[in-house]
Amino acid sequence: MARTSYLCWSLLTFLLAFSTQSAEMPLNMTQGVTEISQQVYNLHMKIFYICCAIGIAVFGVMFWSIIHHRKSKGVEPAQFHESTKVELLWTAFPVLILILMAIPATQTLIAMEDTSEADVTVLITGSQWKWHYKYMDHKVEYFSLLATPRQQIDNKLSKGENYLLEVDRPLVIPTGKKVRFLVTSDDVIHSWWVPAFAVKKDANPGFINEAWTRVDQPGVYRGQCAELCGKDHGFMPVVVIAKEQADFDQWIAQEAATQAAAKEAELKLLAMNMSKEELMTLGEKVYMGYCAACHQPNGMGIPGVFPALKGSKMALENLPGHIDIVLNGKTGTSMQAFDKQLTLSEIAAVVTYERNAWDNNTGDLVQAADIAKAQSK
Amino acid sequence: MSTVTTDPHAHAEHEHHGPAKGLKRWLYTTNHKDIGTLYLLFSLLMFFIGGAMAMVIRAELFQPGLQIVEPNFFNQMTTVHGLIMVFGAVMPAFTGLANWLIPMMIGAPDMALPRMNNWSFWILPFAFSILLASLFMEGGGPSFGWTFYAPLSTTYSNDSTALFVFSVHIMGISSIMGAINVIVTIMNLRAPGMTYMKMPLFVWTWFITAYLLIAVMPVLAGVVTMVLTDKYFGTSFFDAAGGGDPVLFQHIFWFFGHPEVYIMILPAFGIISSIVPTFARKPLFGYASMVYATSSIALLSFLVWAHHMFTTGMPVAAELFFMYCTMLIAVPTGVKVFNWVATMWRGAMTFEVPMMFSLAFIVLFTIGGFSGLMLAITPADFQYHDTYFVVAHFHYVLVTGAIFSIMAAAYYWLPKWTGHMYDETLGQWHFWCSLISVNVLFFPMHFVGLAGMPRRIPDYALQFADFNALISIGGFAFGLSQLLFVALVVKCIKGGEKATDQVWEGAEGLEWTIPSPAPYHSFTTPPEVK
Repeated sequence: MARTSYLCWSLLTFLLAFSTQSAEMPLNMTQGVTEISQQVYNLHMKIFYICCAIGIAVFGVMFWSIIHHRKSKGVEPAQFHESTKVELLWTAFPVLILILMAIPATQTLIAMEDTSEADVTVLITGSQWKWHYKYMDHKVEYFSLLATPRQQIDNKLSKGENYLLEVDRPLVIPTGKKVRFLVTSDDVIHSWWVPAFAVKKDANPGFINEAWTRVDQPGVYRGQCAELCGKDHGFMPVVVIAKEQADFDQWIAQEAATQAAAKEAELKLLAMNMSKEELMTLGEKVYMGYCAACHQPNGMGIPGVFPALKGSKMALENLPGHIDIVLNGKTGTSMQAFDKQLTLSEIAAVVTYERNAWDNNTGDLVQAADIAKAQSK
Repeated sequence: MSTVTTDPHAHAEHEHHGPAKGLKRWLYTTNHKDIGTLYLLFSLLMFFIGGAMAMVIRAELFQPGLQIVEPNFFNQMTTVHGLIMVFGAVMPAFTGLANWLIPMMIGAPDMALPRMNNWSFWILPFAFSILLASLFMEGGGPSFGWTFYAPLSTTYSNDSTALFVFSVHIMGISSIMGAINVIVTIMNLRAPGMTYMKMPLFVWTWFITAYLLIAVMPVLAGVVTMVLTDKYFGTSFFDAAGGGDPVLFQHIFWFFGHPEVYIMILPAFGIISSIVPTFARKPLFGYASMVYATSSIALLSFLVWAHHMFTTGMPVAAELFFMYCTMLIAVPTGVKVFNWVATMWRGAMTFEVPMMFSLAFIVLFTIGGFSGLMLAITPADFQYHDTYFVVAHFHYVLVTGAIFSIMAAAYYWLPKWTGHMYDETLGQWHFWCSLISVNVLFFPMHFVGLAGMPRRIPDYALQFADFNALISIGGFAFGLSQLLFVALVVKCIKGGEKATDQVWEGAEGLEWTIPSPAPYHSFTTPPEVK
């Protein structure tokens, strides 16, 4: 026994040592920054305290019994083995507690599911492994990808503060407004989750789910995809920036202008030819951002899951087929359509890159105009 | 495990019925004790294979960043770990216990359908060989989680899916046959005078479990077949483009899946209800209410499946219905826990290893029940769902629940099976090492989950690093502790203090009236139960 208690104590000290180190990690659910998230937190604490109270009562009786009603103390066992009264009591009492618990839970749930009268609506589309945001009332839409460099994940660089919780382009929403999220998916099921809003909604392909939030404090809020969605499920974070209405208006106007300008520039590009160096540099960047997760940075793919591009027939010979599959994807597989995700010049560059990198050396140069031609077919 | 009977008194006339020699004995056996042993050893092997995969998972999660395995392989590990533990470790262990114990408890000579019994065991090694072999295919084995949500398991999976589907079919056939055998045995082979309300609770809980199995295993078979046809034969059950719905998959899967989790816990209730009275030296409190509570849990299990799917976007009315039904399950489960505590109250307790595991079960399973009640609260579930809080919850009910009860059962009946007492000191070491490490392993997962770490991810944000290191240490320690159990079982089979027929001072039931080790054929003449 002495040995066991020594073990227990050393373990406890060990646990404490750990818990002081990890002061950064909250030990409880976040209270969040919305009225709903606060209500959810309150429900969580309420049911937690109820469980604690029941636990203390039940385990208290049990351990009292273990300490006092042991054979080594020379007690004679009693022989009672039923009591309808007691049985009824401990059936009815929990029912009452549960009813008391169900009332506030029902109220919060009904409030959470009321997505009516929203001020702003954002369409959120998940795909392997990124989020796409589209503002339904503005001409603004963009993809949001993991921004943590590959070298940090592979332990070649030291990890940054927001490791795996940072994206290139966060979702921006106004504060003090009811923001409605329409959530869907292009491929498998994802789940869009921001703990600070207490919003977690599955993105189901072919169906649209609704959720909403109203954030009062400006700030940056981070979350992650919560539903297993394939290989890089752990690498598709959600970042939301809440801005004051005025800042938001300014941001979205600027964003709309930039996107409109980019579309015009794209058309102009059709007349121009990019050099091989330009295409390869841009192509590598696009490849690493959009293609390397499956086809791997070395173009070898994952045998049996994702095909290799290095030395493949598609990348060496079939140029129209190559452009087509990048533009339109391949139904029934993980290969997405990149038509809407990338600009013409980006697609041109990435196809060029795939046909010339890793000893593919076809010498083929693909220009934005070629892509536009393929698109119009 | 059981040796040939040489007991000269009771069963001399059956000596010529002893088991065949060598491998043939095990391959052709129709003896419930042999088949029980096969099931139990198979489940122990699977426990270690599934456990080894858990070690890979914990090693990768020891530190942030990717160190040991690629994400694709990590997903295969989480998937196959779950499948092996559910279908390979826990379920066969309970079937093994049913085989060994139900005939001895109801005074029957054997299971009612002995040849089917042989078959239901011997297809299992094939099922799991297929599943494990799929890991070596090009692209690896199944990587879509043990819940194989479509379309990740259909359009977006590799060809190992076909093997996965086939192996699940075989596991399902095995389970259904095992369940039919249990029901037929209990209905027909009870000793004279053993009415239903006199059956030991282990028999009762297995009786109800067997009905659950027959009800839901065909549903699992259906859903894996739909996955197969969606992937290979152009159907669109789960594909919106063809008029299907991916959420339909989850409804069908969890209609199987929720009763399935009770399949893995009801026999545990029966075990604990056998062990606690023995070591409290006092009859079980509220036998009848235990039977009714078990039945209510079984019935309710068909009405709560969608609480696994609160975030899929159901109508509010459905969410409320499933929340209320789920909360209701706490009532009969509570009754069981209260009854166990009342059984201990004013007993005369001793604390041998089976009792220690049972006490740990009661406390830790109840903690798992508490987190289950928290998860039932739909608005809070939106925060808990798919985080480590859920991982903590179901490992509390399945490891410190189901597996601890199996350990308790093994220690409790091992003397009856082998004829030798196990090594109590080694057993206590196994218990304490397991108890401490399992809590270091699973308790911090509650905090990690509440802090926002999703499940099934191979890498995580830096704030979770310290806790994950601690969890991994607990995991390795728990894994190593189980080697003590193997050593103990081997030692107990080889020899040890001779066990009496009664084995435990306070034990009651027909299995304690026959010699230890139990003769190869027992109760060839039915006993009279008064």
